[in-house]
Amino acid sequence: MTNSKLKTKHRRAAQIILLCAAIFALVGAGDPATRFNEIGHQMMCICGCNQILLECNHVGCPASDGMRNELQAAVTRGDSDSLVEQSFVQKYGPTVLAAPTAKGFDRVAYIIPFAALFFGFGLMVLVIRAWKNRPAPALADGLHPVHGAELDQFRDQARKETDL
Amino acid sequence: MAVLGSFALMLALALSAYTFIAGILALVEGEGSERIGETARRAGIATFGAVLLASVVLVVCAFQNNFSIAYIFHHSNRDLPGPYKFAVLWSGQEGSLLFWSLLLAAYGFVLRLRYKTDPRLFAYASVVLAGVQIFFLLLLNFAANPFGILEGPLRPDGSGLNPLLQYPEMVIHPPMLYLGYVGFTVPFAFALGALIMKYPGEKWIHITRRWTMVTWAFLTCGVFLGAHWAYSVLGWGGYWGWDPVENASLMPWLTGTAFLHSVMMQEKRGMLKMWNMWLVFATFWLAILGTFLTRSGIISSVHAFAQSSIGDWFAWFLCITLAVFLFFFFKNKSHLKSEHKLESLVSRESSFLFNNLLFVLLCFTVLWGTWFPKISELVQGNKVTVGAPFYNRVAIPVALLLLILTALGPLLAWRKTSLESLKRNFMWPTIGAIAVAIFLMITPQRWGSPFGLKPWQDISYFYSLMAIALSVLVTLTVASEFYRGGRVISRHTGQGMFASMVQLTHRNTRRYGGYIVHFGVVVVIIGFAGAAFNVDKEQAMANGDKMDIGPYTLICRSYTQDDSPNKASEWAILDVYRGDKKIDTMTPVREFYKASQQASTKPDIRSGLNEDLYLVFEGQNEKGEPIIKAHLNALVMWIWMGVWIMLIGTVLALIPNAPAPVRVPAPARLETAPAVTGD
Repeated sequence: MTNSKLKTKHRRAAQIILLCAAIFALVGAGDPATRFNEIGHQMMCICGCNQILLECNHVGCPASDGMRNELQAAVTRGDSDSLVEQSFVQKYGPTVLAAPTAKGFDRVAYIIPFAALFFGFGLMVLVIRAWKNRPAPALADGLHPVHGAELDQFRDQARKETDL
Repeated sequence: MAVLGSFALMLALALSAYTFIAGILALVEGEGSERIGETARRAGIATFGAVLLASVVLVVCAFQNNFSIAYIFHHSNRDLPGPYKFAVLWSGQEGSLLFWSLLLAAYGFVLRLRYKTDPRLFAYASVVLAGVQIFFLLLLNFAANPFGILEGPLRPDGSGLNPLLQYPEMVIHPPMLYLGYVGFTVPFAFALGALIMKYPGEKWIHITRRWTMVTWAFLTCGVFLGAHWAYSVLGWGGYWGWDPVENASLMPWLTGTAFLHSVMMQEKRGMLKMWNMWLVFATFWLAILGTFLTRSGIISSVHAFAQSSIGDWFAWFLCITLAVFLFFFFKNKSHLKSEHKLESLVSRESSFLFNNLLFVLLCFTVLWGTWFPKISELVQGNKVTVGAPFYNRVAIPVALLLLILTALGPLLAWRKTSLESLKRNFMWPTIGAIAVAIFLMITPQRWGSPFGLKPWQDISYFYSLMAIALSVLVTLTVASEFYRGGRVISRHTGQGMFASMVQLTHRNTRRYGGYIVHFGVVVVIIGFAGAAFNVDKEQAMANGDKMDIGPYTLICRSYTQDDSPNKASEWAILDVYRGDKKIDTMTPVREFYKASQQASTKPDIRSGLNEDLYLVFEGQNEKGEPIIKAHLNALVMWIWMGVWIMLIGTVLALIPNAPAPVRVPAPARLETAPAVTGD
């Protein structure tokens, strides 16, 4: 296969992957029960139990019942997700959201781990390159280093002998 | 009794201090100071006796209902059942610090008894352990004394143990977790000792390998017992809430797991010496950091002990240990240079490097998420919550990458793997994984979880499908490793395939035990993947009322009450039907503990391979009817099964290898003899 054909294939594969990712990101369920469930799992109960709103089972919780009713009412009214979130944040403060938003300084929460991932991968590639270029350790007198085709030949032989 | 306990603690501190100071003197003076070194070793052994005495005194006080001791008053009561009185030792701040100290002293006891393996290295490790022990004993003597006397008149009864802790698993979960936390002090002590003395070779790694694996197994057990306790007792339907205290136990587990992998690079290839040193230190440091988080009140958590000044002590200890480690690291880092070069990117070495990167990154993500509320408060003046949705977005993609490496790693050879051989070995497992993914997508949803998976409907389904497919990939690569190795032995020995695989495992227990651990991990991952299919429903249920959830129908038969000296209980009795057939009767309960005046719910769980039916007695409505919350949690049982497999794999990896078959060279006169076997 020629190089240009291979490149076109890779490009198409990347396009398909991107398209799939976009579909996954954009597809969302819209019925009220699912929305109630989804938004309710993005919020915290504010009584201090540190539980997700819809998972709060704190006996005699002074907050979760009221919050669930508010959420149900907002979803039934057809309020958008962001409007529901805004109204909850205004009423209960930013800690009502179960995760940082993708706005302002909160974005840093998401950026740093992925930045660390890319930085780590970059660093790893550099380390591997540096280690590959390191001179081979000296061998005892009379021994000759084996590499290249000769080394591959030995490897093939070992593979055949062990059947692995 | 309180005086005896306090005396034992003071004696333990004096003995530890002697072990530390005399140990350093003996090491500095070197030749001719063996007798001082020996006294230091014996003082270290005696420390265990003194801490054990203090612990026994505290437990005896709990059984004697000695409420003149403040700790016993706050964490026990007369009607507390016996096993929980034993658990009083680790139920509160002071007692758990004493328990920590006891375990550290016990590890030190074993280490000092086995000193003949390498007296000098063990002497260094003993000094480091004594240093850590001194810190905990200082805390116990001067900041959190478990034998403090309660002021005022003697109380007739205690406040009782927290109701959430009155569950059988709480008798074993904390000891397991602490054995893990504390145990990582031992590899750290050996690593620091080896660094200080510029220990030649990798023998210290061999010596600490078992310690590290046993400790890792305890921590694994502790973490998952905690998850099981949360699932079985807390009644919110889940097993992991990404609470800071849960995160605190996960972080050292992640770095400890990374160390168990990267240490092989040092053993086999003399590489990653500096990295391993940092990993051991980070694991120890994160275990202490976790304790700091739990006890300082700096980060809010439902699990945290009461806020107290001991957080400052821990902060100082963390700074001191970091400073000591940095000092010796920079002083002796020239000793930690790698001996070999990396030959190829497609090799087991680079797979370990990337594996370590991902483990450390996961640990960093958890640490970052745990501290972000505090950072946000410092930067923008208001706290934010970092809960499950954050970790799901950030940690799951990294964990999936790690799964790919888990599948790939075993197929890579040390030094270099040809792409052709990788393709050959990887092709069938990949085809198998894709086939399973397609099967899961095309099967009908009515088969239950995880069938009928439509990854385009929700990102959580997509993650689930990926997790299951990659788990299958890992399983098939592990199976192929067993099969190929077993086939070679079978051909050479004529044994059956199963016997050959057993022999193969016995010849290299570490490698094949490790594969079984990998298999356990993927079983756990499949269990996690089930979370995408969870559903729940809540309803007030009068007698005869029905609730439908998934394939089940619940019918309330009755609700009733019970009373015992320790607690009052309210029960709902629910018949469970699948179709028209009654399959079970379940009884979720809400309990009210009299001594502590606290209520708690205890769910009733019907576990199956596909899903758990999980019922919670949420409360009562205004008519006095029970409000029942029903959860249908998919594949949860796989998590607990996976943990058992992981532990079996770890135990297997700890068994010494069977000796390799001895090949006797044929005598010269037989060399020319004609073949008679017809082979």
